Amino acid sequence: MAGLATTFGSGAMTNSINELSSAQVILLSGSNTTEAHPQVARRIYDAVDQGARLIVIDPRQTAMASLAHIHLQLRPGTDIPLLNGMMRCILDENLVDELFVEMRTENYIPLRDLLLTIDLNEVTATTGVSIKDIARAARIYARAQRSVICYCLGVTQHICGTANVQSYAGLAMLTGHVEREFTGVDPLRGQNNVQGACDMGGLPAVLPGYQMVADPVVRDKFDRAWGVCLSDKPGQTLLDMTHGAGSPGDKLRAMYIMGENPMLSDPVLDQVEATLDSLDFLVVADLFLTETAARADVVFPAASFAEKNGTVTNSERRVQYMNKAIDPPGAARDDGWIIMELSRRMGYAMEYESSAEIMEEICLLTPIYGGMYHDRLIDNWGLQWPCSDRAHPGTPFLHKFSFARGRGRFQPASHVPPAEPVDSAFPFLLITGRSYHHYHTGTMSRCCPTLNREHDKPFLDMHPDDATRLNIPDGSRVQVTSRRGSCKFFLRYCQSLAPGDLYCDFHFHEAPVNVLTLSARDPEAHCPEFKLCAVRVEEVI
Amino acid sequence: MDQVMSICCYCGCGCGLYLQVEQGRVVGVMPSHNHPVSQGNLCVKGWHLHEFIHDPRRLTQPLIRRNGTLLPASWDEALDFTAQSLLAIKEQYGPDRIGVLASAKCTNEENYLLQKFTRAVLGTNNIDHCARL
Repeated sequence: MAGLATTFGSGAMTNSINELSSAQVILLSGSNTTEAHPQVARRIYDAVDQGARLIVIDPRQTAMASLAHIHLQLRPGTDIPLLNGMMRCILDENLVDELFVEMRTENYIPLRDLLLTIDLNEVTATTGVSIKDIARAARIYARAQRSVICYCLGVTQHICGTANVQSYAGLAMLTGHVEREFTGVDPLRGQNNVQGACDMGGLPAVLPGYQMVADPVVRDKFDRAWGVCLSDKPGQTLLDMTHGAGSPGDKLRAMYIMGENPMLSDPVLDQVEATLDSLDFLVVADLFLTETAARADVVFPAASFAEKNGTVTNSERRVQYMNKAIDPPGAARDDGWIIMELSRRMGYAMEYESSAEIMEEICLLTPIYGGMYHDRLIDNWGLQWPCSDRAHPGTPFLHKFSFARGRGRFQPASHVPPAEPVDSAFPFLLITGRSYHHYHTGTMSRCCPTLNREHDKPFLDMHPDDATRLNIPDGSRVQVTSRRGSCKFFLRYCQSLAPGDLYCDFHFHEAPVNVLTLSARDPEAHCPEFKLCAVRVEEVI
Repeated sequence: MDQVMSICCYCGCGCGLYLQVEQGRVVGVMPSHNHPVSQGNLCVKGWHLHEFIHDPRRLTQPLIRRNGTLLPASWDEALDFTAQSLLAIKEQYGPDRIGVLASAKCTNEENYLLQKFTRAVLGTNNIDHCARL
């Protein structure tokens, strides 16, 4: 998000999901779309059926990569040199959209100067992708009228995640492939309301609608609306909180966790466990007694999505209304009720009759949600922000006529090697991700009998050449060890990986992958380097 | 059988669907045909969305840790104990020693309330969620 926010001025999908099916070229990166975003994959299939060209950038031979006209199977973590190589080709072949660059962007000269120093042979040596393929992909992407870039966590979960995103945004601006329907840069969101949780200010540096905590005018507006004096000090990020960062004088003494499970989802789990155990007080609201809730001092039983009214915002910025279908089980209550009760008992009355009334306050204080009144969202499938007032029809694609930040800003970047390269003791690179049948830490999906029947074991994918060399048969129990810990999987031979790379999912509490991963993270977005860590593999006898 | 309009609770595609409700239980799921994303389709997770809602392992009452064990408690006990604990820690160590995690699984309205609670009641900007994970 930081990457797109600093280049375009807004960290969200620039297009609607439907627009993908009418693109002429789709460049897909770091996304196993068929498994993690099946509906987006359908639109890409539709586009290919209608003659679109598909370029896939991924170290794995995913289903999408098999369908691609060009699969750039780069070495993990080498997106920046690959993109610099593509942009160099675009420059060399006069495919730059000069008018767009001149009229709509800034900081182009430093990018051009950097590109002129790029040696394509060196790019090939770093990325493992041939100059011929890089040049073909660059030409196809640049020459089409309607090219669109889609990316997912394979791009962002690196120590250079922000610079990766900025490089993709740079490629789009260099060729003028933003601001129109069917062209743009689209980060695919992994959770039903991760967009909305960001939009609502569930972030340490921004209030609802990305209004900066540091801005005195913004604080003044919220001070008056809420009748308080807000702190101007940006808060701690999630990893700072769960990893107990900072001096002993800054360490947290209490946490309130609503519907999250850092005891499986965060990197270096030993450290998360130590942090949670060191708290004086931990309160967790969740549907189930998760690994995190089991460590709490107080657990609130929460309502599921089917047991409450309210809105969620999808990846394409569509704010949609969910109707309450049933009552929560037993004494479980929705999170809104819990927060209001707690607030009242702490001396600050929050009295909202309904979620519609809460949304009215959001509309008044949040310009991008200015027209999202519930009565406009009920009985239809919602509106896309920005939506400034009651009469506004919503916005299917962003940055028409001008970028949210004024001019789009090029942010030239150079290669950042992975935080933990392989060596003789830890010779494999482990990539983590999601499978088709399960979801995140499995809190919900692993309670679904049908999904479990299809997939109930944690697998480690390995190329058969590596497995043969190590003499480990398909289906064996294996132990994977990194410098931080180890966990056990079932080995699965897999042709779609390059030899030397390994892949596993993170849904299984019995194989908590994040005991292996690194806490190294991007300096701006604080996104951890989940996609890469060095490991070794042994058969468990 | 009632058909209740809702949105899939898994990934960011945000598929529109109907929850099929019979006698207070969600018994099935049907995709919406005119929803701009789902267009009559769901993935395997969406089709089986109802299976976790009635799982017997769902939490049905508040729990408080007593002598090391989480034991059932009333809402009043759990909320009062939480309010007092948070107030005491805020008083003793200052608001910035309390951290809050919002949720990419909760509604906009709930996330708005939680960040308002964090900023206006606890008095800190220590709020984040798993957007980066």
